[in-house]
Amino acid sequence: MFRLVATALTAVSPESDHGADDASEGFFGWLFSSGAFHPPTIQEFYPDAVFFDGTIFEVNRIMAVRVIAAIVLVAIFAVVASRARVVPRRGQALVEIVLDFIRVQVVEEVLGKKEGQRYLAFLTTLFVAIFFFNVTGVVPFLNISATALIGLPLVMAAWVYVMYLGAGVGKHGFWRYLRMSLFPSGVPWWAYIILTPIEFLQVFLIRPATLTLRLTANMMAGHLLLVLCFAGTHVLFFEATGAVRAVGALSLTAGLVFSLFEIFVALLQAYIFVMLSAVYLNLALADEH
Amino acid sequence: MDTTNIAEMSGNIATIGYGLATLGPGIGIGILVGKTAESTARQPEVSATLFRNMILGIAFVEVLALLGIVAGLILT
Repeated sequence: MFRLVATALTAVSPESDHGADDASEGFFGWLFSSGAFHPPTIQEFYPDAVFFDGTIFEVNRIMAVRVIAAIVLVAIFAVVASRARVVPRRGQALVEIVLDFIRVQVVEEVLGKKEGQRYLAFLTTLFVAIFFFNVTGVVPFLNISATALIGLPLVMAAWVYVMYLGAGVGKHGFWRYLRMSLFPSGVPWWAYIILTPIEFLQVFLIRPATLTLRLTANMMAGHLLLVLCFAGTHVLFFEATGAVRAVGALSLTAGLVFSLFEIFVALLQAYIFVMLSAVYLNLALADEH
Repeated sequence: MDTTNIAEMSGNIATIGYGLATLGPGIGIGILVGKTAESTARQPEVSATLFRNMILGIAFVEVLALLGIVAGLILT
């Protein structure tokens, strides 16, 4: 029976082979054989050095973007702060909306007014910095998120890690904080056999690791998506012939829509990062209950 | 008995792995957002708190899908 099916397949195989040949000469065959289309790879995030090649101060495109974003951020806040007035004008009002949003919606909401005051500067800095580093992914000519490579999110997450461990140790003392985080109260003693290793991993490893990975992977995926859309558009407009060119309009539209979506993601990721930092700080500061 | 290839596929198996890795978080985020919408309809006055909790929950669930991307890039 099986042999019969196999023979039947072999019998029709000349035709199906012919079909496959036709397909490889079709649109996709052309697309992947022409050499014009370069789908983005991980090499996208390791560009060649621009300045100081070969030294330890080697600067590539992503590093340059980071420096530019930091300078722009500091410049905006320096200018607005030096011209601060009681009745804000347009630029100052915009900055004040952002600062007010962090203070009311994030810090005081999670940490409360009293504790929130101590961490307000830290969390606000984190939010605006992450937003500015994220949004370079859709700024023309910069075109890559400064946070798309793991280094910067790692530093940010390490900062949060040190801050919440410091907050917990500072408030409860080292041993008491360790006991509170590893042995949560209100469970029977045998549950600690399972719970304590999980809590240990959670507090000391998973929290900073997921903070880092969430930001990096989001920005990386966004960048790859945009590169795919615009590289496709380029090939379809300039290399394709005939009616296939019209498909380029579709990929261009998709690229523009995803650019808008990336602005939203940049804002959302900054918000999530700061919100989680506030929650971790709050957990470290919480009293035993 | 000699084997016959009836169908053949070329490419990277990691793409299928990532497809599978998105299923769970996709369903999870769907449930999260749906329940939040339901709760907001029942009690609109706490919508700000519900929204915040939804974003936090999504952040925890979303990490699983993002680990799928990272694992695909690291292990290939």
